[in-house]
Amino acid sequence: MEQHRVILNPTQFQLVIRRLCFELIENYDDFSNAVILGLQPRGKYLANRIALELHKMKAVVSPIQIGYLDVTFYRDDFRRREEPIVPGKTEIDFIIENKKVILIDDVLFTGRTIRAGLDAMLAYGRPEKVELLTLIDRRYSRDLPIQPDYVGKKIDSIISQRVQVKWKETDNKDEVILYTPKLKN
Amino acid sequence: MSKLSTKHLLGIKYITKDDIELIFQTADNFKQVINRPIKKVPSLRDITIANLFFENSTRTKLSFELAEKRLSADVINFASSSSSVKKGETLVDTVNNILAMKVDMVVMRHPNPGAAYFLSKQVDAQIINAGDGAHEHPTQALLDAYSIREKYGEVKGKKIVIVGDIAHSRVALSNIFCLQKLGAEVKLCGPLTLIPKYITSLGVEVETNLRKALEWCDVAMMLRIQLERQDKKYFPSLREYSMLYGLNKELLDSLGKEITVMHPGPINRGVEITSDVADSNQAIILDQVENGVAVRMAVLYLLAGKKVD
Repeated sequence: MEQHRVILNPTQFQLVIRRLCFELIENYDDFSNAVILGLQPRGKYLANRIALELHKMKAVVSPIQIGYLDVTFYRDDFRRREEPIVPGKTEIDFIIENKKVILIDDVLFTGRTIRAGLDAMLAYGRPEKVELLTLIDRRYSRDLPIQPDYVGKKIDSIISQRVQVKWKETDNKDEVILYTPKLKN
Repeated sequence: MSKLSTKHLLGIKYITKDDIELIFQTADNFKQVINRPIKKVPSLRDITIANLFFENSTRTKLSFELAEKRLSADVINFASSSSSVKKGETLVDTVNNILAMKVDMVVMRHPNPGAAYFLSKQVDAQIINAGDGAHEHPTQALLDAYSIREKYGEVKGKKIVIVGDIAHSRVALSNIFCLQKLGAEVKLCGPLTLIPKYITSLGVEVETNLRKALEWCDVAMMLRIQLERQDKKYFPSLREYSMLYGLNKELLDSLGKEITVMHPGPINRGVEITSDVADSNQAIILDQVENGVAVRMAVLYLLAGKKVD
């Protein structure tokens, strides 16, 4: 059995999303040259939520371009895990040449997914600049020198623990939970 | 489900419906990849693939090679006409020598039925059958079914007639297995001399009248008359064959419904299909070729994705 602890409850969750949006507004002004890329599968929900919130705040002049990037074919653990991962869908109907890209994922852990994401992104052009936004940063657990520019919440965790981000759209509730496996005596 | 039930792709007979659906699902992603400006992904960068073609091929060979390169695999090619096979080397020896150069996967076309199966028992590499005699041509059947799925949304319940030289066709056999596994109804049409005697034991019907067959079907798959495999006369003349079993515009337009026309290539224009039909918008022959690359990428990706020890 696993023990679990709520890291962000629905109220805190909403506050964090709004804060992330304010931080983005400070740096991107009216978002005229910015695009949002959510990493499949779970970064998509955060990307959608951030875009929605920015529109609600009337921070953007025209609808912000949003795409979803699947990194499966760029992963470095192909042939090193038991089963190949079933790829998600890449949906990017614009070119990111000279755009400012806000790369979004829900949880930053080892940094390997982001590394793959940076590679995958280059198939769509050379961006002017890329920044990384994550809801949860599991700090001190990076395998690669990758750090986020915008963080919802930093947490200290060990490898055997697991973080789950729940979304209203799919899990009926906005919530972040940290699961800890029970030690065997 | 994200794993194929098999280590090799030797024939459709040996894989399950779930395998086929997984391949299709993965091919959807690769189809998106090959239609964007940068068509390459790095997944197979540490894999070497040998393409062994003991029999002539244009489409299949190029399609496999392109699929391998789009996945970043290292590729070596081999054609029996310019190799030591002519000096009397056996198949197993040839392949073992190639594998000694550290090759991970073998894509093989061979004139003898069962060659791929035989090889999979003898050597330690993953084998993909790219056509073995008149036995199976699994990736062709997969791309055919994938093209039908793309056109109609699903293969289940569709009525498909395979017309022509069934007896010498590996495409026909693989397609019968594949389409049936996906829940389609399959009928065969052609002169009885070109239809194997006990083929109905596979659960397919045989129709000798082309018009009746076409009136029944949603999709007509036209096959080439494989003169190179025919050791004796199976019909009086190509002209007579063409008159009875060739698909022309007049026949197609007189059906009173729109059917889809497919052909695995190479086309013999004016024999099994006339030019105006082959180039009409009811034909999806070039879509088949495009889908071939995506489907082969999916097969290679899924087979290569097994864990290395």
